Amino acid sequence: MEPFSLLSGVAVPLDEANLDTNQLCPTRFNKVPKGPRFAQILLHDRRFNADDSEKPDYILNQEPYRHAVIAVAGRNFGVGSSRETAVFGLMGFGIRSVIAPNFGDIFFSNSLKNGMLPVRLPAATVDALMRQLLDRRGAQMTVDLPNQKVTGPDGNLHHFDIEPLSKRRLIRGLDEITHTREYGAAIKTFENNQRKSAPWLYS
Amino acid sequence: MRTLFDKVWDNHIVAEEEDETLLYVDRCLIHEGTRHTFDTLHERGLAVAHPDKVFAFSDHYIPTDPKARAGGVDKIPDADIRNMVELLIHNTDEYQIARFGWGDDRQGILHVAGPELGLSQPGIVLVGADSHTATHGAFGNLSFGVGTSETTHVMATQTIWQRRPGTLRVKIDGPLGFGVTAKDVILAVVAKLGIGGGIGYAIEYAGSTIKQMTMNERMTICNMSIEAGAKAGMIAPDDTTYQFLAGRPFAPRGAAWDEALKFWRALPSDAGAKFGKEVEIDAARVVPMVTWGTNPEQSLPITGRVPDPAQEQNAERRTEYSKALTYMGLQPGMLLTDIAVDRVFIGSCTNSRIDDIRAAAAVAKLGHAVVPAWIVPGSESIKRQAEAEGLDRIFTAAGFEWRAAGCSLCTALNGDQLKPGERCGSTSNRNFQGRQGPGGRTHLMSPAMAAAAALRGHLVDVRELGVGN
Repeated sequence: MEPFSLLSGVAVPLDEANLDTNQLCPTRFNKVPKGPRFAQILLHDRRFNADDSEKPDYILNQEPYRHAVIAVAGRNFGVGSSRETAVFGLMGFGIRSVIAPNFGDIFFSNSLKNGMLPVRLPAATVDALMRQLLDRRGAQMTVDLPNQKVTGPDGNLHHFDIEPLSKRRLIRGLDEITHTREYGAAIKTFENNQRKSAPWLYS
Repeated sequence: MRTLFDKVWDNHIVAEEEDETLLYVDRCLIHEGTRHTFDTLHERGLAVAHPDKVFAFSDHYIPTDPKARAGGVDKIPDADIRNMVELLIHNTDEYQIARFGWGDDRQGILHVAGPELGLSQPGIVLVGADSHTATHGAFGNLSFGVGTSETTHVMATQTIWQRRPGTLRVKIDGPLGFGVTAKDVILAVVAKLGIGGGIGYAIEYAGSTIKQMTMNERMTICNMSIEAGAKAGMIAPDDTTYQFLAGRPFAPRGAAWDEALKFWRALPSDAGAKFGKEVEIDAARVVPMVTWGTNPEQSLPITGRVPDPAQEQNAERRTEYSKALTYMGLQPGMLLTDIAVDRVFIGSCTNSRIDDIRAAAAVAKLGHAVVPAWIVPGSESIKRQAEAEGLDRIFTAAGFEWRAAGCSLCTALNGDQLKPGERCGSTSNRNFQGRQGPGGRTHLMSPAMAAAAALRGHLVDVRELGVGN
C-alpha cells in the first residue's frame, strides 16, 4: 500500500450530500480490473454524457480541479454498496483524501486499505471549508496525517481523529495481511478453542 | 449484562491492538463480483486459509432470462458479463471453494440461498463481499458487508480487523395493519433513522412485531440495515429461527444440534442490557410505504404527496429534495398514487423469498399487468417451490414474466436494466440515481404494492384491492 503522510494541493468542493458509491462508481464499471481506467470511471455519469463526451459544467472537468488531490464533500459520503471500485475511482483520479462530516462504514474501511485517507470533521467545519473553496476557486489545502491536522484555504488548522492503528498502517504503508500474520499463533489457538466450544461449526 | 451483539463479538476476539479488534470470521460469502479479490490472491500468490469456510454464489452477473439459462455459460451474449460468470467458476475451482452457481439447483442470491443452505447460524461472525450481508443477522449472528480488500484479508487469514461499533436497539411493537409488510416497516425505520443515522452502529431489532415475524420477514428487515448506514442488523434467535434451520444442509444434526441449541439459547440480549442508542416504532402507525426520491430515506406512506421543496425549512434538504425531484421527473405536491410506472420488478435479496412471491401472486390473480412486470425468485429452490404451488402459472396468466434466480434488475449488472428515464416500481433496496441502469428511476415498495402497480400502471395503495398480508 502506498504510504500516506503529508498531502498538499488543489482541493475540489463536491458540494453535495449523500454521494453514494453508485454515483462514485456506476455499477457497470464494477467488473473493470483495477488499473488506469478508473481515472475516467470516478463519478462517470456526472462527468460524461451517454456518448462519453465530457460535461463541461461538472467541476471535475474544469481546471484546476482536474488535478485535485483532496475533495471536500457533504454528509453521508460513500454510503451504499460495498464496491471498492468507488475508492479505485478516487485514487485513479488522483484524490488521496476526502473530507466530510461522515462516511459510509464500508467505504471508510475500503479507503484505509487503499492508502486513501477519509477525514471526518464536524459538519460546521466542513461547511466553512466548502464555502471557502467555492469562493476561492483552485484554493489549496493540506492534510497532515502525522499531526492529524487539516489546513483550510484560509490557513486555519483543524484537528481530526483517526484510530491509532489505522494511522500507523497508512503512514508506513503497512500491508494488513502481513501484519495479521504476526497473530498466526493466536488465530490457531482461537480455532482450537472454538473447535471445543462450538464443534458443530467444524463438522 | 450483555447484548446479543456483545456476546457474539466477545466470542470472536482473536486479539486486540489499540482500539481495533482482530475478529475471527466463521463464514465468508462471495459472488462473481469478487473478481478483484481473486486478482489480488493471484498477484500476491496468497493461499486461502480455510476454503471450507468460503462459499461462492453466482447471482450478480448470471442472466435471469430462462432461455439464456437453458443454454451454457459460453452462450452468454455479452463477453464482459460471461467473463465474470466464468471467472467465478475458474477461481472457485482453483481455490477449492464450494460454489452454488450455474446449473446448480441450489443456486441463488447469496443472501437468499445462503440462509436456505443453513449457512447463516446464530452466534457466528459472517462476512460477505456485498453490502446487504446484514440480512444473515436475522438468525442472531453478526454479519456485515466488506469490500474487496477486506474480503482478501478474510480469505487469506480467516480474520478481520474491526473497530467495535456502538449498539442501537430498534424496538418495534404491536400488530401490523392490513396490507402492511416487513418491507414497509424497514422503509419506515430507514426514514426515521436517515441514511446516515445508523453509521457506526450494529442494530438489534426487537419488540413484539419482530418476534412474530417469520424468518423471511426478519431477513427483509435486517437486509436494509445498511440503508440506514448501519454495520449490521441482528435479531435474537428463538424457536422461529431454530425451526427454519433444522434439517438444512449445513445445519448441525443429532447430538451436535442439541449442543448448538443450548449455546444458541443463551445468545439473546440479557434483560437490562444497555444499548448505546434506542429507537422505538409503533407498528400500528406503519402504513404501506413507497420511496419518491433518490435515496432510501426519501419514502412516504402511499397515501401521501410528493414533497414540495419550497415548503422545506432546512436549506440543505430543500436542495436535496429539488435535485431528487428533477432526477425523478416528479412534480411537487402530486399524489404518490398519480405516479405512473413503466415497469415493475419483484425480486432482490430484500424481497424474493417465497412469502414475497406468494404476496405478489395474491395480487396478480386479481387482474392483468398493463406494464412489463418481472418476477425474479431469489433462488432456484424458491422458484421450484413457487412452481409446485402453481404461482408461476398465476403470474404468466396475469401477464407477468417468470424468470430464473439472480440479482437481476436490483443491481443491473447482468444486462437486466432500465432504459434512461424509465420508471420502475421495485421491491429492491436502493433507489440511488442510476442504480437500476443509467438514468433509470426507482420507487421502492413491498411485493404486493409492486404487483398492484403492475396491474394499474401507476403506484397504488394495495389495501384498496382488498388483499392484505
